[in-house]
Amino acid sequence: MESMGNVDLDHLFAMLFVLMLSTFVGFQVIQNVSRLLHTPLMSLTNAISAIAIVGSIIIAGEQKDTLSTVLGSVAVFASVTNIVSGFLITDRMLKMFKQKEPKA
Amino acid sequence: MILESITHLSYLLAAALFVFSLRWLNRPDTARRGVLAGVVGMCAAIFGTIITPEIVNYHWIAIAAVAGILVGIPLSRVPLTAVPQRTAISHAFGGLAAGLVGTAKYIIWLDEGTLNGVRVAVISLEIILGYLTFTGSLMAAGKLQEVIPTRPITYPGQNVVNFILLGIAIAASVGLVMNPTAWQLFPVIIVLALIFGVMLIIPIGGADMPTVIALLNSYAGLAAVAMGFLLDNQLLITAGALDGASGFILAVIMCKAMNRSFTNVLFGAFGQAPKQSAVVAEAKPVKSAQAFEVADFLTHGSKVAIVPGYGMAVAQAQHRVREIYDQLTQRGIEVYFAIHPVAGRMPGHMNVLLAEAEIPYDSLVEMDDINPEMPQMDVCLVVGANDVVNPAARSVESSPIYGMPIIEADKAKLVVAIKRSMNTGFAGIDNALYTADNTLMVFGDAKKVLDEIASAMRESSH
Repeated sequence: MESMGNVDLDHLFAMLFVLMLSTFVGFQVIQNVSRLLHTPLMSLTNAISAIAIVGSIIIAGEQKDTLSTVLGSVAVFASVTNIVSGFLITDRMLKMFKQKEPKA
Repeated sequence: MILESITHLSYLLAAALFVFSLRWLNRPDTARRGVLAGVVGMCAAIFGTIITPEIVNYHWIAIAAVAGILVGIPLSRVPLTAVPQRTAISHAFGGLAAGLVGTAKYIIWLDEGTLNGVRVAVISLEIILGYLTFTGSLMAAGKLQEVIPTRPITYPGQNVVNFILLGIAIAASVGLVMNPTAWQLFPVIIVLALIFGVMLIIPIGGADMPTVIALLNSYAGLAAVAMGFLLDNQLLITAGALDGASGFILAVIMCKAMNRSFTNVLFGAFGQAPKQSAVVAEAKPVKSAQAFEVADFLTHGSKVAIVPGYGMAVAQAQHRVREIYDQLTQRGIEVYFAIHPVAGRMPGHMNVLLAEAEIPYDSLVEMDDINPEMPQMDVCLVVGANDVVNPAARSVESSPIYGMPIIEADKAKLVVAIKRSMNTGFAGIDNALYTADNTLMVFGDAKKVLDEIASAMRESSH
C-alpha cells in the first residue's frame, strides 16, 4: 500500500472523515465516564493508544534496513509495555471499587 | 487477498471493541467488562497485523514483546500512590513509539526515494508530538516521583524561549516539506522536539500535574493519529482519536476545577513569585486540638465529611482513614468523602486511593454535590488537603486561586484539619480556614494522627 503516494485527495479525506467521527464518538463516550473512574479511564485509554503496536510491528517486521528494524523493535517494546501494564493496572484498580454492602 | 480481508476485519472488530471498552467504563459495575473488551480488541489488532505478508521476520518482534511484558508487569503493580508516575511513564512510552515509527518511516522512504511533501508533513507532526510527549512525560514522571524538584522552575523570558524552540522546529519541518530529501533537517527537528518537551514541563508545579498529565495523554493520542495517517491505517486513527479526546476532556475538566485556562496552566507557572505581597496574614491565633478530643467530636456528631488531599496520599494514610470511617459508621454516623476534581496528582486520584482502602464508592461525593450539604455536617475532617478548601478562593480577589471552585469545608459546624505544620500549601498562599473560629488544627503526620484518633475511638467504644 503506497500511502499518500501521489497525494490521493479522496483517500486523505476518507481518513480525515474517520478522524472526525472517532473524535466525536470519543467525546460522547468519555463525557459519560463517572468522575469516580477518571484514573482508570486514563490508564485504559493509555493501553488502547498503545495500538501504536500495529505500526511498530510493521516497521520491525518488514526489515527494510537495520536502523529502522531496531527503531521499530524499540517501539514494539514500548507499546507492549503500555499494553501489558495499562490493562493490568486498570483491572487492578477497578477490582477495588466496591459498593456498600447491603445491610443484612 | 483473503489474508488482507482478515486483517481488515480484525481491525474493524478492534475499533468497535475499543469504543465499547470506553462505553462500559462509564459505570463502575460494567467497567471491568470494558477492560476485557479492550484486551480482546488489542489481541485482534495484533493478530491482524502479525499475519500481514509484509512481516518477514518475527525474531525482533518476539524479543521486544517479551522485554515489554517483563517491564510491563512490574509497572502494573506499583503502589496506587504511584499511579500518576506510572501514567506519565506510559505516556512517555506512547510518545516514544510514535516518534520512533515516524523516524523509521522517514528513513525507509528516504532509501526508497518515495518521500513527498505530504508524507514529510505528517511525519514531522508525528515526531514533534511523539518526542515532545516522550521527554515531557519523563519530566512529569520525575517531578511526581520527586527525583526532580517539584516546584516550578522559572526564568525570565521562559515562554519566549519555548516559542522560539517550537518555532525553529516547525520552520525546520516546513523546510523539510519543501525539500523532503534534505535529511540533515530531520535530526534537528527531533532534538528540538526533545528539548521542547523538557522545557514545557520545567515551569509546571505539582498542583498542575493533573491537567498536564491529561494534556500529555491527549498528545500521545494525537501522535497515534498521525501514525495512522502515515501508515494508512484507520484503526490507529480511531484508537488515537479516542485517546486524544479522553485526554482533552480530562484536561478541560481539570482546568475548570481550578478556574484556569490551558494557556494559564502551560505558560503561567503557578505559585510564581510576586503574588504574596498583598496579604501578609495578620498572625491570627490557631486553635489546636489533641487526637482524643477530635475522636470525641467525631463520635458525637451525626454527619461527618472527610476531605482528602494529596497529603493523604503522601502519608499513605488512606487505610487509617478507612479505620475512622469504620468506627464512625459502626456508631450509625453518616460519613461522606468530599472529592475535589484536582485533589491529588491526577484526575480521579483520591477515588482510587479510597477504593484501595475498601471505602465503598457510594460514600465518595463530588464537590458540587457535597457543598450544599456542608452546613449540615457536624464535623468536616480535612486530611492533607489545602488549596482545595481555601476560602480565599471565594473572597480574596488578589489571591492567585480566586475564583477556583472549592469544597466549602469552612461552612461545616466544626472543621478539623490535620496538617504537618503551618507551612503554606503548594500555591504558597495562606489559608484562612486554619485560623477560622470553627477550625481546630491537629499538627503531625496524617497517618500517625489518624491512627491516634482511631485508637481513641476504639477505646471509647468499650
